[in-house]
Amino acid sequence: MNRDPSPFRTASTASTATSPTPKYANLTASTNLRYSLTRKSIYDRHLNRTKTSELSKSAFAFLFGEMVQYAQKKVYGVQDLEKKLNLHGYAVGQRFLELLLWRDGRTAKRETRILGILQFISHQLYRAIFQKQADTLEKVRENEDEYMISDNDPVVNTYISVPKEMSQLNCGAFIAGIIEAVLDGHCFPAKVTAHTAPNEMWPGRTVFLIKFEPEVLEREALRVGS
Amino acid sequence: MAGSSTSYYFVIIGTKDNPLYEAEFGSFKQGGDGIPKFREEQRHMNQFIAHSSLDCIEDQQWASKEMYLKTVDKFNNTWVSCFLTGGNIKFLLVHDTRSDEPIRQFFADVYDLYCKTLMNPFYEVNMAIRSQTFDQKIKAAAKKYL
Repeated sequence: MNRDPSPFRTASTASTATSPTPKYANLTASTNLRYSLTRKSIYDRHLNRTKTSELSKSAFAFLFGEMVQYAQKKVYGVQDLEKKLNLHGYAVGQRFLELLLWRDGRTAKRETRILGILQFISHQLYRAIFQKQADTLEKVRENEDEYMISDNDPVVNTYISVPKEMSQLNCGAFIAGIIEAVLDGHCFPAKVTAHTAPNEMWPGRTVFLIKFEPEVLEREALRVGS
Repeated sequence: MAGSSTSYYFVIIGTKDNPLYEAEFGSFKQGGDGIPKFREEQRHMNQFIAHSSLDCIEDQQWASKEMYLKTVDKFNNTWVSCFLTGGNIKFLLVHDTRSDEPIRQFFADVYDLYCKTLMNPFYEVNMAIRSQTFDQKIKAAAKKYL
Protein backbone atom coordinates (compact mmCIF):
# COMPACT_ATOMS: atom_id res chain seq x y z
CA MET A 1 0.00 0.00 0.00
CA ASN A 2 2.05 2.89 -1.22
CA ARG A 3 -0.85 5.31 -0.98
CA ASP A 4 -0.38 5.42 2.76
CA PRO A 5 1.51 8.67 3.36
CA SER A 6 1.88 7.99 7.06
CA PRO A 7 5.02 9.48 8.55
CA PHE A 8 5.49 6.14 10.25
CA ARG A 9 6.06 4.39 6.98
CA THR A 10 9.07 2.16 7.18
CA ALA A 11 12.30 3.30 5.65
CA SER A 12 12.41 0.49 3.09
CA THR A 13 9.42 1.89 1.23
CA ALA A 14 10.42 5.48 1.80
CA SER A 15 13.89 5.14 0.36
CA THR A 16 12.59 3.87 -2.98
CA ALA A 17 10.70 7.13 -3.45
CA THR A 18 12.43 10.49 -3.49
CA SER A 19 14.90 10.48 -0.67
CA PRO A 20 13.66 12.55 2.25
CA THR A 21 15.58 15.56 3.45
CA PRO A 22 18.09 14.36 6.01
CA LYS A 23 17.23 17.18 8.38
CA TYR A 24 13.81 15.79 9.22
CA ALA A 25 14.33 12.14 8.44
CA ASN A 26 16.59 10.63 10.97
CA LEU A 27 16.92 7.06 9.75
CA THR A 28 18.29 4.62 12.23
CA ALA A 29 19.29 1.15 11.23
CA SER A 30 18.07 -0.44 14.43
CA THR A 31 14.36 0.41 14.18
CA ASN A 32 13.99 1.45 10.55
CA LEU A 33 11.68 4.27 11.62
CA ARG A 34 11.60 7.91 10.73
CA TYR A 35 11.46 10.21 13.71
CA SER A 36 10.77 13.89 14.13
CA LEU A 37 13.52 16.10 15.49
CA THR A 38 12.42 15.46 19.05
CA ARG A 39 12.42 11.72 18.34
CA LYS A 40 8.88 11.51 19.68
CA SER A 41 6.06 9.89 17.77
CA ILE A 42 2.34 10.53 18.03
CA TYR A 43 2.15 7.54 20.38
CA ASP A 44 4.23 9.33 23.00
CA ARG A 45 1.77 12.20 23.37
CA HIS A 46 -0.95 11.93 25.94
CA LEU A 47 -4.43 12.24 24.47
CA ASN A 48 -5.54 14.59 27.25
CA ARG A 49 -2.75 17.06 26.62
CA THR A 50 -5.00 19.42 24.69
CA LYS A 51 -8.19 18.64 26.57
CA THR A 52 -8.45 21.99 28.34
CA SER A 53 -6.44 24.15 25.97
CA GLU A 54 -8.35 26.66 23.90
CA LEU A 55 -7.85 28.00 20.42
CA SER A 56 -8.09 31.73 19.92
CA LYS A 57 -11.12 32.73 17.91
CA SER A 58 -9.08 34.77 15.46
CA ALA A 59 -6.79 31.85 14.69
CA PHE A 60 -9.80 29.65 14.13
CA ALA A 61 -11.53 32.25 11.97
CA PHE A 62 -8.41 32.63 9.84
CA LEU A 63 -7.91 28.89 9.38
CA PHE A 64 -11.56 28.30 8.66
CA GLY A 65 -11.65 31.18 6.18
CA GLU A 66 -8.64 29.74 4.39
CA MET A 67 -10.29 26.35 4.31
CA VAL A 68 -13.43 27.75 2.71
CA GLN A 69 -11.36 29.64 0.14
CA TYR A 70 -9.34 26.54 -0.65
CA ALA A 71 -12.48 24.47 -1.06
CA GLN A 72 -14.03 27.14 -3.26
CA LYS A 73 -11.24 26.92 -5.81
CA LYS A 74 -12.04 23.29 -6.49
CA VAL A 75 -15.79 23.32 -6.93
CA TYR A 76 -18.43 24.34 -9.48
CA GLY A 77 -21.28 25.59 -7.35
CA VAL A 78 -22.69 26.27 -3.94
CA GLN A 79 -23.93 22.72 -3.47
CA ASP A 80 -20.55 21.34 -4.43
CA LEU A 81 -18.84 23.69 -2.00
CA GLU A 82 -21.12 22.66 0.85
CA LYS A 83 -20.39 19.04 0.05
CA LYS A 84 -16.68 19.76 0.24
CA LEU A 85 -17.03 21.51 3.60
CA ASN A 86 -19.16 18.62 4.79
CA LEU A 87 -16.35 16.21 3.89
CA HIS A 88 -13.80 18.30 5.80
CA GLY A 89 -16.09 18.22 8.82
CA TYR A 90 -16.62 14.49 8.41
CA ALA A 91 -12.93 13.78 8.94
CA VAL A 92 -12.96 15.92 12.08
CA GLY A 93 -16.07 14.18 13.40
CA GLN A 94 -14.67 10.70 12.94
CA ARG A 95 -11.68 11.59 15.10
CA PHE A 96 -13.56 13.64 17.65
CA LEU A 97 -16.02 10.85 18.32
CA GLU A 98 -13.35 8.36 19.34
CA LEU A 99 -11.43 10.96 21.30
CA LEU A 100 -14.51 11.97 23.30
CA LEU A 101 -15.38 8.38 24.13
CA TRP A 102 -11.79 7.64 25.05
CA ARG A 103 -11.82 10.56 27.48
CA ASP A 104 -14.91 9.12 29.18
CA GLY A 105 -12.78 6.16 30.19
CA ARG A 106 -14.62 3.28 31.83
CA THR A 107 -17.93 5.11 31.81
CA ALA A 108 -17.92 5.49 28.03
CA LYS A 109 -21.12 4.28 26.42
CA ARG A 110 -22.07 3.58 22.86
CA GLU A 111 -25.46 5.07 22.10
CA THR A 112 -27.87 2.55 20.62
CA ARG A 113 -31.03 4.66 20.28
CA ILE A 114 -31.83 7.59 17.99
CA LEU A 115 -32.72 9.92 20.85
CA GLY A 116 -29.63 8.93 22.81
CA ILE A 117 -27.24 9.68 19.97
CA LEU A 118 -28.95 12.98 19.14
CA GLN A 119 -28.67 14.09 22.76
CA PHE A 120 -25.02 13.03 22.78
CA ILE A 121 -24.44 15.28 19.77
CA SER A 122 -26.33 18.32 21.00
CA HIS A 123 -24.89 18.12 24.53
CA GLN A 124 -21.53 16.39 24.94
CA LEU A 125 -20.18 16.78 21.43
CA TYR A 126 -21.33 20.37 21.02
CA ARG A 127 -19.95 21.34 24.40
CA ALA A 128 -16.61 19.70 23.69
CA ILE A 129 -16.21 21.62 20.44
CA PHE A 130 -17.90 24.97 21.12
CA GLN A 131 -18.14 25.06 24.91
CA LYS A 132 -21.91 25.40 24.78
CA GLN A 133 -24.82 23.14 24.09
CA ALA A 134 -26.76 23.26 20.87
CA ASP A 135 -29.74 25.56 21.31
CA THR A 136 -32.55 23.23 20.38
CA LEU A 137 -33.12 19.63 19.40
CA GLU A 138 -36.44 19.04 17.68
CA LYS A 139 -38.25 16.46 15.65
CA VAL A 140 -39.73 17.45 12.31
CA ARG A 141 -43.45 16.98 12.75
CA GLU A 142 -44.28 16.09 9.15
CA ASN A 143 -41.54 13.53 8.62
CA GLU A 144 -40.87 10.52 10.77
CA ASP A 145 -37.20 10.29 9.79
CA GLU A 146 -36.10 13.92 10.23
CA TYR A 147 -34.69 15.76 13.22
CA MET A 148 -33.32 19.27 13.65
CA ILE A 149 -30.53 20.61 15.80
CA SER A 150 -30.27 24.38 15.83
CA ASP A 151 -27.51 26.77 16.75
CA ASN A 152 -28.45 30.44 17.23
CA ASP A 153 -25.03 31.77 16.35
CA PRO A 154 -22.64 29.15 14.95
CA VAL A 155 -19.04 30.21 15.48
CA VAL A 156 -18.03 29.03 12.00
CA ASN A 157 -20.28 31.67 10.44
CA THR A 158 -19.24 34.57 12.68
CA TYR A 159 -16.61 35.95 10.32
CA ILE A 160 -17.95 34.64 7.03
CA SER A 161 -19.84 37.14 4.91
CA VAL A 162 -21.56 35.35 2.08
CA PRO A 163 -21.67 37.21 -1.26
CA LYS A 164 -25.14 37.90 -2.74
CA GLU A 165 -24.79 35.49 -5.65
CA MET A 166 -24.09 32.65 -3.22
CA SER A 167 -26.89 33.44 -0.78
CA GLN A 168 -27.73 29.74 -0.56
CA LEU A 169 -24.40 28.96 1.08
CA ASN A 170 -24.15 28.17 4.76
CA CYS A 171 -20.68 27.30 6.01
CA GLY A 172 -22.35 25.41 8.84
CA ALA A 173 -22.01 22.53 6.35
CA PHE A 174 -18.73 21.94 8.15
CA ILE A 175 -20.54 21.27 11.44
CA ALA A 176 -23.12 19.21 9.56
CA GLY A 177 -20.23 17.02 8.41
CA ILE A 178 -19.07 16.54 11.99
CA ILE A 179 -22.60 15.52 13.03
CA GLU A 180 -22.88 13.16 10.09
CA ALA A 181 -19.61 11.44 10.98
CA VAL A 182 -20.71 10.87 14.58
CA LEU A 183 -24.04 9.42 13.43
CA ASP A 184 -22.31 7.20 10.87
CA GLY A 185 -19.81 6.03 13.46
CA HIS A 186 -22.61 4.83 15.69
CA CYS A 187 -24.30 3.04 12.74
CA PHE A 188 -27.05 5.61 12.27
CA PRO A 189 -26.42 6.50 8.63
CA ALA A 190 -27.99 9.87 7.87
CA LYS A 191 -27.78 12.92 5.62
CA VAL A 192 -27.09 16.13 7.51
CA THR A 193 -27.47 19.54 5.88
CA ALA A 194 -27.11 23.07 7.22
CA HIS A 195 -29.78 25.68 6.53
CA THR A 196 -29.99 29.33 7.44
CA ALA A 197 -33.18 29.93 9.43
CA PRO A 198 -33.10 33.44 10.93
CA ASN A 199 -35.57 34.75 13.47
CA GLU A 200 -35.99 38.24 15.04
CA MET A 201 -33.51 37.54 17.80
CA TRP A 202 -30.88 35.63 15.85
CA PRO A 203 -30.22 36.66 12.24
CA GLY A 204 -27.52 34.01 11.86
CA ARG A 205 -29.49 31.09 13.25
CA THR A 206 -28.58 27.82 11.55
CA VAL A 207 -30.56 24.61 11.55
CA PHE A 208 -28.92 21.24 10.95
CA LEU A 209 -31.45 18.97 9.31
CA ILE A 210 -30.80 15.29 10.00
CA LYS A 211 -32.50 12.81 7.70
CA PHE A 212 -31.96 9.20 8.71
CA GLU A 213 -31.77 6.35 6.22
CA PRO A 214 -34.86 4.07 6.29
CA GLU A 215 -32.97 1.13 7.86
CA VAL A 216 -32.31 3.17 11.00
CA LEU A 217 -36.03 3.65 11.64
CA GLU A 218 -36.69 0.02 10.81
CA ARG A 219 -34.16 -1.08 13.43
CA GLU A 220 -35.52 1.38 15.97
CA ALA A 221 -39.03 -0.02 15.46
CA LEU A 222 -37.74 -3.55 16.07
CA ARG A 223 -36.08 -2.44 19.29
CA VAL A 224 -39.32 -0.94 20.62
CA GLY A 225 -41.09 -4.25 20.07
CA SER A 226 -38.52 -6.29 21.95
CA MET B 1 -3.32 -26.11 21.54
CA ALA B 2 -3.77 -26.93 25.23
CA GLY B 3 -0.14 -26.41 26.13
CA SER B 4 1.40 -25.18 29.33
CA SER B 5 0.84 -21.51 28.46
CA THR B 6 -1.96 -19.88 26.54
CA SER B 7 -1.74 -18.14 23.19
CA TYR B 8 -3.68 -15.20 21.84
CA TYR B 9 -4.70 -14.03 18.40
CA PHE B 10 -5.59 -10.33 18.20
CA VAL B 11 -7.16 -8.52 15.26
CA ILE B 12 -8.63 -5.07 14.64
CA ILE B 13 -11.59 -5.06 12.26
CA GLY B 14 -12.74 -1.92 10.42
CA THR B 15 -16.26 -0.76 9.71
CA LYS B 16 -16.45 -2.72 6.47
CA ASP B 17 -15.40 -5.97 8.17
CA ASN B 18 -11.90 -5.43 6.83
CA PRO B 19 -8.87 -6.32 8.97
CA LEU B 20 -6.68 -3.36 9.96
CA TYR B 21 -4.09 -5.03 12.12
CA GLU B 22 -3.37 -8.52 13.42
CA ALA B 23 -0.93 -10.06 15.84
CA GLU B 24 -0.30 -13.28 17.72
CA PHE B 25 1.21 -13.51 21.12
CA GLY B 26 1.70 -15.99 23.94
CA SER B 27 1.17 -15.47 27.61
CA PHE B 28 3.90 -14.19 29.89
CA LYS B 29 1.96 -15.34 32.93
CA GLN B 30 2.96 -18.54 34.73
CA GLY B 31 6.45 -18.59 33.31
CA GLY B 32 5.33 -18.23 29.70
CA ASP B 33 7.85 -16.86 27.19
CA GLY B 34 5.42 -14.71 25.17
CA ILE B 35 5.80 -16.80 22.06
CA PRO B 36 2.51 -17.96 20.51
CA LYS B 37 2.14 -21.75 20.61
CA PHE B 38 -0.49 -22.13 17.89
CA ARG B 39 -0.18 -25.23 15.78
CA GLU B 40 0.17 -24.46 12.10
CA GLU B 41 -3.41 -25.49 11.23
CA GLN B 42 -4.78 -23.48 14.15
CA ARG B 43 -3.37 -20.23 12.83
CA HIS B 44 -5.76 -19.89 9.91
CA MET B 45 -8.58 -21.33 12.03
CA ASN B 46 -8.14 -18.29 14.29
CA GLN B 47 -8.96 -16.04 11.38
CA PHE B 48 -12.07 -18.08 10.59
CA ILE B 49 -13.18 -17.99 14.22
CA ALA B 50 -12.68 -14.24 14.44
CA HIS B 51 -14.51 -13.72 11.17
CA SER B 52 -17.49 -15.85 12.13
CA SER B 53 -17.85 -14.02 15.44
CA LEU B 54 -18.62 -10.79 13.58
CA ASP B 55 -22.24 -11.91 13.16
CA CYS B 56 -22.55 -12.54 16.90
CA ILE B 57 -21.20 -9.07 17.58
CA GLU B 58 -23.73 -7.49 15.26
CA ASP B 59 -26.44 -9.23 17.26
CA GLN B 60 -25.09 -8.19 20.62
CA GLN B 61 -23.99 -4.65 19.92
CA TRP B 62 -27.56 -3.37 20.13
CA ALA B 63 -28.37 -5.09 23.39
CA SER B 64 -25.69 -3.33 25.41
CA LYS B 65 -24.26 0.17 25.61
CA GLU B 66 -20.93 -1.07 26.90
CA MET B 67 -17.92 -0.86 24.64
CA TYR B 68 -16.40 -4.02 26.09
CA LEU B 69 -18.75 -6.84 25.12
CA LYS B 70 -16.73 -9.52 26.96
CA THR B 71 -16.81 -12.96 25.31
CA VAL B 72 -19.10 -12.87 22.31
CA ASP B 73 -18.54 -16.30 20.78
CA LYS B 74 -17.13 -19.72 21.56
CA PHE B 75 -15.77 -22.38 19.23
CA ASN B 76 -14.60 -25.66 20.78
CA ASN B 77 -12.09 -24.52 23.36
CA THR B 78 -11.50 -21.02 22.05
CA TRP B 79 -13.34 -17.89 23.09
CA VAL B 80 -13.66 -14.61 21.27
CA SER B 81 -13.65 -11.37 23.26
CA CYS B 82 -14.68 -8.12 21.67
CA PHE B 83 -14.31 -4.41 22.28
CA LEU B 84 -16.41 -2.16 20.08
CA THR B 85 -15.41 1.49 19.71
CA GLY B 86 -17.80 4.38 19.12
CA GLY B 87 -16.78 4.50 15.48
CA ASN B 88 -17.73 0.83 15.07
CA ILE B 89 -14.16 -0.47 14.96
CA LYS B 90 -13.89 -3.93 16.51
CA PHE B 91 -11.01 -5.26 18.56
CA LEU B 92 -11.17 -9.06 18.66
CA LEU B 93 -9.12 -11.37 20.81
CA VAL B 94 -9.21 -15.14 20.28
CA HIS B 95 -8.06 -16.93 23.43
CA ASP B 96 -8.25 -20.32 25.12
CA THR B 97 -8.66 -19.32 28.75
CA ARG B 98 -11.38 -17.11 30.19
CA SER B 99 -10.26 -13.97 32.00
CA ASP B 100 -12.45 -10.91 31.49
CA GLU B 101 -10.64 -8.30 33.56
CA PRO B 102 -7.09 -8.54 32.13
CA ILE B 103 -8.56 -8.53 28.63
CA ARG B 104 -10.58 -5.41 29.45
CA GLN B 105 -7.39 -3.67 30.55
CA PHE B 106 -5.60 -4.83 27.44
CA PHE B 107 -8.40 -3.48 25.24
CA ALA B 108 -8.32 -0.16 27.10
CA ASP B 109 -4.65 0.20 26.18
CA VAL B 110 -5.36 -0.77 22.59
CA TYR B 111 -8.12 1.85 22.41
CA ASP B 112 -5.66 4.47 23.62
CA LEU B 113 -3.21 3.46 20.88
CA TYR B 114 -5.92 3.34 18.25
CA CYS B 115 -7.12 6.85 19.15
CA LYS B 116 -3.57 8.12 18.83
CA THR B 117 -3.28 6.50 15.42
CA LEU B 118 -6.51 8.19 14.40
CA MET B 119 -5.19 11.59 15.51
CA ASN B 120 -2.60 11.34 12.76
CA PRO B 121 -4.01 13.49 9.93
CA PHE B 122 -2.51 11.13 7.35
CA TYR B 123 -4.39 8.17 8.76
CA GLU B 124 -7.98 7.61 7.75
CA VAL B 125 -10.61 5.32 9.22
CA ASN B 126 -10.37 1.77 7.80
CA MET B 127 -6.76 2.15 6.68
CA ALA B 128 -4.45 -0.71 7.63
CA ILE B 129 -2.20 0.16 10.57
CA ARG B 130 1.41 -0.48 9.58
CA SER B 131 3.25 1.57 12.15
CA GLN B 132 6.03 -0.34 13.86
CA THR B 133 5.66 1.79 16.98
CA PHE B 134 1.99 0.76 17.17
CA ASP B 135 3.02 -2.88 16.83
CA GLN B 136 5.62 -2.57 19.59
CA LYS B 137 3.19 -0.82 21.92
CA ILE B 138 0.48 -3.44 21.35
CA LYS B 139 2.95 -6.20 22.18
CA ALA B 140 4.03 -4.30 25.29
CA ALA B 141 0.39 -4.04 26.39
CA ALA B 142 -0.08 -7.76 25.78
CA LYS B 143 2.99 -8.51 27.87
CA LYS B 144 1.63 -6.35 30.67
CA TYR B 145 -1.87 -7.79 30.90
CA LEU B 146 -2.12 -11.15 29.14
